[in-house]
Amino acid sequence: MHDKRVLQDDGTLHLRPGERARAILTSRAFMFVVLALLVLGFIIAAQAKGVSANSLLSLFVRGTLLGGTLALGAIGVTLVFAVLKMANFAHGDTMTFGAYIGLLIIMLLPKGPPLAPFSFGYEFLVALLIVVPLIGLFTFGLDQALFRPLRNRRAQPIMFAMASLGLAFGLRSLVYIFWGADFTFYYVGRARPAVELFAGVRVRPDQLFILGLAIVLIVGVYLLLERTKIGKAMRATADNPDLARVSGIDTNRVILWTWLIGGGLAAAGGMLYALDVQLRPEMGWWLLLPLFASVILGTLGNAYGALAGAFIIGIVWQVSSAFINPTYGHGIAFLVMVLVLLVRPQGLFGGRK
Amino acid sequence: MPLLTVESVVSGYGEMQVLNGVSLTVGQNEIVSIVGPNGAGKSTVMKLVFGLLKPWEGAVTFNGQTISGMAPEKLVKLGLSYVPQVDNVFPNLTVEENLDMGGYTRSGSLDEQKERVYELFPRLAERRRQRAGKMSGGERQMVAMGRALMLDPKLLMLDEPSAGLAPLLVDMIFEKVADINKAGVAVLMVEQNAKKSLALADRGYVLATGQNKVDGPGQKLLADPEVARLYLGG
Amino acid sequence: MTPLVIAKSALLAVPLWLVTSTLLPIKASWLKHLLSIVIGFGVAVAATLVVPTGGMSYITTFILMAGIYAVLSLGLNVQWGYTGLFNIGIAAFFAIGAFTSALVTTNMPTGANASFTKQLMGLGMPFWVGLVAAGIVAGILAWLIGKPTLRLRDDYLAIATIGIAEMVRLVFQNERWLANGPQPLRGIPQPLQCLAGNGCDWLPGFVNDFFAPLTPRDYPYIYVAIVALVLFLLYRVLERAIRSPWGRALRAVREEEASAAMNGKDVAAFRMQSFVVGAVIMGIGGGLYAHYVVSIDYGHFDPLYGTFLIWVMLMLGGSGNNRGAILGAFVVWGIWSGTSFAVDALRPTLAAISPDLPSRGPYIRLLFISILLLFIVLYRPKGLLPEEKVVSLDRDLA
Repeated sequence: MHDKRVLQDDGTLHLRPGERARAILTSRAFMFVVLALLVLGFIIAAQAKGVSANSLLSLFVRGTLLGGTLALGAIGVTLVFAVLKMANFAHGDTMTFGAYIGLLIIMLLPKGPPLAPFSFGYEFLVALLIVVPLIGLFTFGLDQALFRPLRNRRAQPIMFAMASLGLAFGLRSLVYIFWGADFTFYYVGRARPAVELFAGVRVRPDQLFILGLAIVLIVGVYLLLERTKIGKAMRATADNPDLARVSGIDTNRVILWTWLIGGGLAAAGGMLYALDVQLRPEMGWWLLLPLFASVILGTLGNAYGALAGAFIIGIVWQVSSAFINPTYGHGIAFLVMVLVLLVRPQGLFGGRK
Repeated sequence: MPLLTVESVVSGYGEMQVLNGVSLTVGQNEIVSIVGPNGAGKSTVMKLVFGLLKPWEGAVTFNGQTISGMAPEKLVKLGLSYVPQVDNVFPNLTVEENLDMGGYTRSGSLDEQKERVYELFPRLAERRRQRAGKMSGGERQMVAMGRALMLDPKLLMLDEPSAGLAPLLVDMIFEKVADINKAGVAVLMVEQNAKKSLALADRGYVLATGQNKVDGPGQKLLADPEVARLYLGG
Repeated sequence: MTPLVIAKSALLAVPLWLVTSTLLPIKASWLKHLLSIVIGFGVAVAATLVVPTGGMSYITTFILMAGIYAVLSLGLNVQWGYTGLFNIGIAAFFAIGAFTSALVTTNMPTGANASFTKQLMGLGMPFWVGLVAAGIVAGILAWLIGKPTLRLRDDYLAIATIGIAEMVRLVFQNERWLANGPQPLRGIPQPLQCLAGNGCDWLPGFVNDFFAPLTPRDYPYIYVAIVALVLFLLYRVLERAIRSPWGRALRAVREEEASAAMNGKDVAAFRMQSFVVGAVIMGIGGGLYAHYVVSIDYGHFDPLYGTFLIWVMLMLGGSGNNRGAILGAFVVWGIWSGTSFAVDALRPTLAAISPDLPSRGPYIRLLFISILLLFIVLYRPKGLLPEEKVVSLDRDLA
């Protein structure tokens, strides 16, 4: 890596002018500034279009809520990437699958009244408790069937991605087969009134629950990664897989826990998203772009980065809907991602390239 | 009975044969050094002992038990420990966490072992919350060795511990190796720095082109001008 | 042996002749083609006489659609097979090609129509102009996207291509002024449609007389000949291209050979060229599709039909092999269509399990195809036909 600095007359080393500009442009601080300016730009554009400050604030809050749900998926993607070094294109459809299994459980349970002030009943909570570990184990099973043979024969990274693509469509086809192509809700026909939070910002109590639960789960993951033995082993394996083996760390257990957490969080994220919006077989695939955008923005492999990235993407997504057609929402996520990839591909928290 | 025996192993990577019948032993509490020119297969022997490579012919025994091709997870439990030459720390984990990983297979508290490592390497004690990747070469080597010591191994294998270090640090590392050995750990090391490592070693093996060439007590090899000329670059 | 049979056979003979001439190991070109035409015509006549009309119609349509997908597969082969570019956004180029050709060949709606149909332009150009335009516009899109994304590593490129496909879909879904989205863009002209009707004014009398027995319902016979010609042409061009220094360079780029001539700049250029060429071909495929289905909207180019199916085709057929790409297209389209029959046959069983199930037939087939891809990736990643070990035509083996 040759030094881009030039020896000055006074004996000090300085960056050439062009290099200095480039160093600033690719720096972390600049990235934050650009993002902040972007959001500011949205706000100004929205104001110009006559959108009220209250609406903007609502969108901001809504973006935070969305970010929480996205974070659950993004953490899973980045963990799988960190430990298994693969891009998992099936993650979105895992969220979908989890959401629909949750629906199945809710349908099977005897119907109870809604737990005020929320719109869901005890069935939803039971479903969550079952679905998270169940889907976690399920994704581990899929890993053993599909990805492990590829690992054993040292297949190229792209084969893993392709297998995950096949898995994505396979999972989605299962959803289509058992539940059809129409959208549906967990509690069809149940009223979901909004409540005023502050300053004219209206949210649904469900959404506060969703954000709260997302935060709880994320904190749980943090504690697991930082404080527990298996969590440290996961971080070690992600950091240096060969040395982890040499130290006697049981790679298989690490992989099991990676999928338990990744798949479990995905399922939770799917159920929460479906509770807030709706259940649709394509929902997971549509979320794939914002998920990967969050992960790349927050630096691939960095769980806390994925968290930060998810909130940023969520906010940018929602706020942008104030002045552009909302269906282009995840196009915005895509553009942010491309921006990051062009200027600073290592993400916000990555080191020098 | 020697602690470790490597008997006429033949092995290599893929189709390329690197070891053409190498044998060596390490006794309890011994320091044994493997030296020789580049490409001699020194590191390969070590990887083979530690199960990262399977022997095509020959066998490896540890404490009387055949361990040829056994997986690292099991060897670690038997009392072997290995420090690779490169990428030998977890860069994004702190010093303390690196040590924790070294002691991973043991349940219960690792405080006692960690204290011993900190005693051996006081520099690490000061920097226990620092990320290993951000440390200097010498400190990283200390972390790497510390990690390998966490399970109280009977045999510590070091692959070029002094590689890339300044001369002063090289001396320091060899001092530490001597200290570790005094505490009852046998050491097998591969070294480019033949003079210093043979000076420290009880016995040495000179390897070239994947074969044993000469072996004997460390001092004797050091003093032998033929050995120096042929294999150690004068 | 009616004039109708002769007319149909003559058209069917075109793809058969082209396939046979590619497979026959005869050196003398004139002999090879003569034999192929004879064999092709013979088989076509035999088939038309033996197989009932409806069945023959189905087979013709099958070859036609498989042929269109084969074009797309060839395009992907250039990007993935030769250069290792993981493009999960095929649908973007497929769609752009289709819509471009449609906009170039239709006429701007007038009168009452104008309030129903909105489009950016309607140039009323002939079919082949549409195809060329489709290829060019797809190529331009590829160039624009490629500039920032091709230097990314594989998985990032994959995500970027998913994003592109999504964006293209969204644009065609929402922007009414462009191509009537989300409503379909209708009335895309079919080339040589007149031959199946009252005859084309611009063709000599004997040609019109020859094809007079055809009715508009027989149009697929005409179109299958057109598709076969385009496919064959592209195939020949690509086969030539891989044997050229350019083709060798592409493969070298994929294998990351550290050749002295390959500095970073050149690698980027080759990847871009490969990406653009592949996209151009996909665009042409899109054009072929548009003129067949006559009416298109954003829904035609979803991730399943527009991207996933084609990946399975290439992976099955053999990436890095042009024949494999074409073979894979036919086999997978065969499996896709075959499973349709299977699901129909199983209708009573499905209905017995659940009344909703029969209508979800396509998804059962999707499950099957997904499992097929997984099998291929796990057990036969190289596909049916191995990558061709080609010897360069050029003596310049630096």
